[in-house]
Amino acid sequence: MKILVAIKRVIDPDARIRLTSDSSGVDEESVEYKVNPFCENAIEEALVLQAAHGGEVVLVTVGPEDVTQTIRSGLAMGADRAIRVEGVDADLDSDLVARILHKVVEREAPNVILLGKQAVDGDNNQVGQLLAQYMDCSQACFASEVVVEGEQAKVTREVDGGLETISIPLPAVITADLRLNEPRYASLPGIMKAKRKPIDVLTIEELGVTDTALKIEVLSLELPPARQAGSMVESVDDLLDKLKNEARVL
Amino acid sequence: MSTILVIAEHQDGAPKKSTLQSIEFARQLASRTSGSIHLAVIGSGASTVASALTGYGAQAIYTVEGAGLEKYLAQPYTGVVQGLIEASGATYVVATSGTFGKDLLPRVAGAQGWGMVADCTALAGDAELLYKRPMYAGNILATVRCTTPGTVIAIRASEFDAAAESGGASPVQAVELAADAAGSSFVGFEGVESERPDLGEAEVVVAGGRGLKDGENFFAVMNPMADALGAAIGASRAAVDSGFCPNDMQVGQTGKVVAPGLYFAVAISGAIQHLAGMKNSKCIVAINKDPEAPIFQVSDYGLVADAFKAVPELIEKL
Repeated sequence: MKILVAIKRVIDPDARIRLTSDSSGVDEESVEYKVNPFCENAIEEALVLQAAHGGEVVLVTVGPEDVTQTIRSGLAMGADRAIRVEGVDADLDSDLVARILHKVVEREAPNVILLGKQAVDGDNNQVGQLLAQYMDCSQACFASEVVVEGEQAKVTREVDGGLETISIPLPAVITADLRLNEPRYASLPGIMKAKRKPIDVLTIEELGVTDTALKIEVLSLELPPARQAGSMVESVDDLLDKLKNEARVL
Repeated sequence: MSTILVIAEHQDGAPKKSTLQSIEFARQLASRTSGSIHLAVIGSGASTVASALTGYGAQAIYTVEGAGLEKYLAQPYTGVVQGLIEASGATYVVATSGTFGKDLLPRVAGAQGWGMVADCTALAGDAELLYKRPMYAGNILATVRCTTPGTVIAIRASEFDAAAESGGASPVQAVELAADAAGSSFVGFEGVESERPDLGEAEVVVAGGRGLKDGENFFAVMNPMADALGAAIGASRAAVDSGFCPNDMQVGQTGKVVAPGLYFAVAISGAIQHLAGMKNSKCIVAINKDPEAPIFQVSDYGLVADAFKAVPELIEKL
């Protein structure tokens, strides 16, 4: 079984986000990058499926040369090889990324395509669904459990109000939610091996994506108005008094 | 003149509050684009749901039900929405950013070749129609433009009031559209049984964090509190990750975004990912034994106290 995992690097989600002085973008000076947390769940699930069914795990990302470090950390977890498509975030939107990935899927012909449900920078939550639409295949988004049985996958999804289970034919797109698994840490031998694993570099043109116009353009960014901190209360009695007589919410 | 197609969300034969929030957004969009609103109700019970929506000023309500549409599946529903876009001539498609909208709308956008604005919180721009949406866990607010002839919009429901009825009687039209599940099928649903209000719709939310130590303590503190206040129970991601409670309760960037009238954060430190999901609540109360906890920087009322003592005392004195 061949499993393709699309990953993204993001600015450390625990770091404070700052804008550039002209507010045109996020200040990337001296920021630390990490693999998007949901993408780590996707890689982990691919490795679990590979352990059970055999085959190959291929990572793919779209980014500039310095995302190689992010790719290596995924390879160190145990993926076999990787593909990096040249591109920078400013020239991409969810739709273009999905069309790029669609071309990679056509070349690689994977049985399962795994992604994180959303990248925690843009928070768009679209690429997996768009890719499934372009592939004209089934999708199972926000997965918390994946069982592959022959040519079908039974996937439990985290939906509003509970857990839903669906059965979908392969090849299919599955997007990972946090509770899907606990991503492994890379071992030292894994990190050493990752240095020798192949990373193919492709351009968007080489893949045959000719229309690179964005469907969604980000025009400006701003910091949302800060919420003013209120007052501290000394006791439960004080709190109830304020809620009843000042805020009038009880 | 534009046509705005709102995809209704419904349960047990009744529209969900999110449908009315989508209609409220659609009214704002209609006034910007001299548009008319059309409603799409898909799936089991569609005609019953439609009859509850005739008083909201929609120019038409389409119902589509039948084989293959009993339960939501992405492919047949995408096909049906495409059919309704064609039938209505819609250039805007609107639903909320719940798991239903997040799953379905990007496929509709891909099928139409349109751009999709995810998690829209407001319309913007003057002559040109622009959209506001949060990024980076709500730490950044972006203004975006859609460059395609049609636009798919997933709205952040908590930013919009439920539309009030405006009178009139919208015509309901049953539409026959083929549903192709393409080999996918619904297997089962394991609902979270609860008599409490829905987390996304509750007027009062009580949320617990990792400071509650374990699952047993989490519910021992939060259940009586929710009962006393008629509240829904939420949780921080840390509490969900630690296995205290189901993910369905998660409030935050990667969980639910809520904006109730009153929000209690109990033993929640206030990581930015959590704040992203609740900071627009009207009144925020934080109870935490750490006086340095970041949650106190966004709370209206902060109480430095041990939740295991303060919460039972609060319930008793209510």
